[in-house]
Amino acid sequence: MQTNFSQKQLSNERIAEAEAILRRCVHCGLCTATCPTYVLTGDERDSPRGRIYLIKDMLEDSAPASPEVQHHVDRCLSCLSCMSTCPSGVDYMHLVDFAREYIEQTGTRPWKERAMRRLLSEVVPHPDRFRFALKLAPLGRPWVKLLRRFGFDQAAALIELAPAVLPPSPKYEGPGVAATEDERRARVIMLAGCAQQVLRPGINDSTIRLLARHGVDVIVAAGAGCCGALTYHLGNEAGAIEFAKRNVDAWWKEIEKDGEPVDAIIVNASGCGTTVKDYGHLLRNEPDYADRAARISELARDVSEFIGKYDLGAPRRWSSLRVAYHSACSLQHGQQIKEVPRELLVKAGFSVVNIPEAHICCGSAGTYNIMQPEISSQLRDRKTKNIKRVKPDVVAAGNIGCITQLSTSLDVPIVHTVELLDWAFGGPVPLGLEGLSKFVSDVPEPTKRRVNDFIHA
Amino acid sequence: MTLSRMPEPDRTVLDRSETIIGELVALLGADGVISREEGRRAFEADALTAYRQPPLAVALPRTTEDVSKLLKYCRQAGVKVVPRGAGTSLCGGATPTADSIVIGTSRMNSVLETDFVNRTITVQTGITNLAITDAVSAEGFFYAPDPSSQLACTLGGNLAMNSGGAHCLKYGVTTNNVLGLKMVLMDGEIVEINGPYLDSGGYDFMALVIGSEGQFGIITEATLKIIPRMPFARPVMLGFSSCEAAGQCVAAIIGSGIIPVAIEYMDKPAIAVAEAFAKAGYPLDVEALLIVEVEGFEDEIERLLRAITDIALNFDPQVIEASTSTEHSERIWKGRKAAFGAMGRISDYYCMDGTIPLARLPEVLSRIGEICAEKRLKVANVFHAGDGNLHPLILFNANDPDEAIRAEQAGAEILKLCVAVGGCLTGEHGVGIEKRDLMDIQFSPSDLAVQMRIKSIFDPHWLLNPGKVFPLPAQELSEQSAADRAA
Ligand SMILES: Cc1cc2nc3c(=O)[nH]c(=O)nc-3n(C[C@H](O)[C@H](O)[C@H](O)COP(=O)(O)OP(=O)(O)OC[C@H]3O[C@@H](n4cnc5c(N)ncnc54)[C@H](O)[C@@H]3O)c2cc1C
Ligand code: SF4
Ligand code: SF4
Repeated sequence: MQTNFSQKQLSNERIAEAEAILRRCVHCGLCTATCPTYVLTGDERDSPRGRIYLIKDMLEDSAPASPEVQHHVDRCLSCLSCMSTCPSGVDYMHLVDFAREYIEQTGTRPWKERAMRRLLSEVVPHPDRFRFALKLAPLGRPWVKLLRRFGFDQAAALIELAPAVLPPSPKYEGPGVAATEDERRARVIMLAGCAQQVLRPGINDSTIRLLARHGVDVIVAAGAGCCGALTYHLGNEAGAIEFAKRNVDAWWKEIEKDGEPVDAIIVNASGCGTTVKDYGHLLRNEPDYADRAARISELARDVSEFIGKYDLGAPRRWSSLRVAYHSACSLQHGQQIKEVPRELLVKAGFSVVNIPEAHICCGSAGTYNIMQPEISSQLRDRKTKNIKRVKPDVVAAGNIGCITQLSTSLDVPIVHTVELLDWAFGGPVPLGLEGLSKFVSDVPEPTKRRVNDFIHA
Repeated sequence: MTLSRMPEPDRTVLDRSETIIGELVALLGADGVISREEGRRAFEADALTAYRQPPLAVALPRTTEDVSKLLKYCRQAGVKVVPRGAGTSLCGGATPTADSIVIGTSRMNSVLETDFVNRTITVQTGITNLAITDAVSAEGFFYAPDPSSQLACTLGGNLAMNSGGAHCLKYGVTTNNVLGLKMVLMDGEIVEINGPYLDSGGYDFMALVIGSEGQFGIITEATLKIIPRMPFARPVMLGFSSCEAAGQCVAAIIGSGIIPVAIEYMDKPAIAVAEAFAKAGYPLDVEALLIVEVEGFEDEIERLLRAITDIALNFDPQVIEASTSTEHSERIWKGRKAAFGAMGRISDYYCMDGTIPLARLPEVLSRIGEICAEKRLKVANVFHAGDGNLHPLILFNANDPDEAIRAEQAGAEILKLCVAVGGCLTGEHGVGIEKRDLMDIQFSPSDLAVQMRIKSIFDPHWLLNPGKVFPLPAQELSEQSAADRAA
């Protein structure tokens, strides 16, 4: 597509990068059809091609973000379905990241929204603050209707998302090393994350248990924390860079330990995985960090991606449970990991069913369900309906965002893929699946037989 | 590019724009109207971005009645209207003018009725082509015309352009797969044309309306044929060391009386790009690749593939490789269908669309190569070889004005060549703005006059989709005389 930037504009590296991305778009429109927001609103401005155009005009004009551009870019889920579809390979992810940052710098927002964005980025990335906030949330529940009436829709959405009862604290609290009792075959670092360990600590527990049981040392590095995705997607690049640097420093110490190579950095929240895999890009202009960040991005693996390449042997439990696998956008579009989790579940003995319209987002999308409650709830209901159509016993997903979002509307339990795998390979029943455990039985261990059992004298 | 001139906007309309927008909002609600500058700009082009012009406003109706109200108002207020589906037209068919309202059908995407016994489906025309097939595929049916843009393009656009696709060789193009239409005329009148039966009562107006490029009315609903899917289909890839050999092979297959479902052609540059996107296992060292698909029961497929291979062997093929699995077939088609879009990875392109008699294929291909070489431009060829529908993609740099002009010149010469060898200007993408000024190469002045008179019957004030299809001077004359008659 033709672009119209002056040499002066192009001397700004960021603009030059955006221009290169824009030039690749041929305006063919194929991406519109798989964009969740366009599917709902039928408005070109809510489609990838429309947003690319709005962003192009905004940057070409060097103008402050107008409310209209801001509105439609804000409504983008960053689900990256458009990138899976685009035959031309347009790097929409980095374009929209830059646009969000540009809008944050130049646009204006109502105070209510600014306050909410501030609140989210100050609280969610810090587990202790977040845990405290969730304990307070039930106090807000009686006020939800009133909040909506006075236009505090986002605050209302936040309160409604908070689980009524907080799950117990995690078994394995970092930092430290969960050393395998088996013969060691690999050594990995696990991102313990932020919100996930508060909302569903079982995910980290299962990851550690499953890996350590199968010959993998799992390290939770001291000093590592939130990956920075949340801050980044709220348009605060500087904040995200700080989070990323902190993780790079913490992980590098482990990587540098003599004679003990790190085979992978395991991420079990795919939203975070997409971000860690992009650290190389995020920190490209930070001289002290660029190389190390690039190396870390190379080492990053979604937990399913790692296990997919790793031999777990035969499962220890057998079940006839019908599992609907929900492909998180950050996994299927962001990291292009589509079939592996499904195959792992099949190998672990579950009967896996496909959800129609699997490429469409469930509306969770980081903090989207709080900032854009209207579209988010439409997408959640659409996804819920599609899941119900295949009548599963349980839903599996690779991202805590989707799990939190869908658990408010599904009438069957939803858990992380790795929790089901851990269960099948000998771990405890995942939280919420207690009722299903009667459909799961141990695979009988073959009793050791002797030659005499076969060849009678 | 050396853009074809667009009609001057009507000042009296521009001066009234606020009133007009106010009226549209009164008809549809604020949610259905886009009027701010940034928003309008997002609608300034379709997939032929050389032509760009934001409209006065965009209206997004939800029902036939909404469309009727809108058109009635626009007719009374003398405001021009540009219908728009998904904006994937490659000929500027959906490009607005400054004094026009874009009426977009993207919110009119419901399936209204499916009837498997009589094998029909009735839909609103804003539905995407692929969604029609999705709605019936669980029962084993599909909607046959499959433009490569089928994921996104709407049925309305397909009807307006009489679109075709790879599998149209066997099943025919859009016009062969439609049973009935509901259309809103410019004065707001809703008319039904034919219906869910195989022949029409009086005149067959449907054939007239399909391919009318949004200039007769806005089609809001349609009843379509759906076809039971054959149990199996299997493509074979045939690679040749010259485009002539491939061209002769196509002619020989068709000449033998076999009708495959599809015969698609890609040349070397196109193969490389499509392979990078789809990883379909296309042979990379051949000059020309044919994808020939046959379908039916397994033994029938095998018999046909044998016959086709036998024919191909006469032309010294470098590669003969049949698809090995359903998944492989999917990748083979994914690459072919994404070939235009994937070209964006290496360059801007100008996608041409002409049709020629099959026997002239080898000679035309080499002439196309020469034309582009003379203009110092590269060209890639991807097309529906079975029905002689060519799509040379002329590669150029859109940010280089000189190159853009040369690309457009090369394009015009290629289309003239198609007409000169006995073919025609467009295979399936339509005339739009792009081929408008070449129409008099194909048609005599009296041919064009007849066509314009028919247009005037449907749209006496020439308000629908202005500036397209006919050379501008002729259009302006017609418009003037229509206005005189009306006065
Ligand atoms: C990558 C790519 C591949 C393509 N491959 C093919 C192909 O294989 N075969 C093919 O035939 N075409 C192909 N096309 C061209 C294009 O997709 C078709 O012309 C398609 O039918 C346009 O549909 P649309 O919904 O995008 O219509 P638009 O582009 O929005 O409009 C096209 C025309 O239809 C009119 N129109 C739209 N809706 C209505 C309505 N409801 N009533 C009346 N008029 C209406 C518009 O005014 C305009 O003149 C391709 C395009 C791209 C970008
Ligand atoms: S990231 Fe998702 S919501 Fe955003 S434009 Fe792409 S497909 Fe649409
Ligand atoms: S599919 Fe890719 S090239 Fe086509 S409009 Fe979308 S982003 Fe642009």
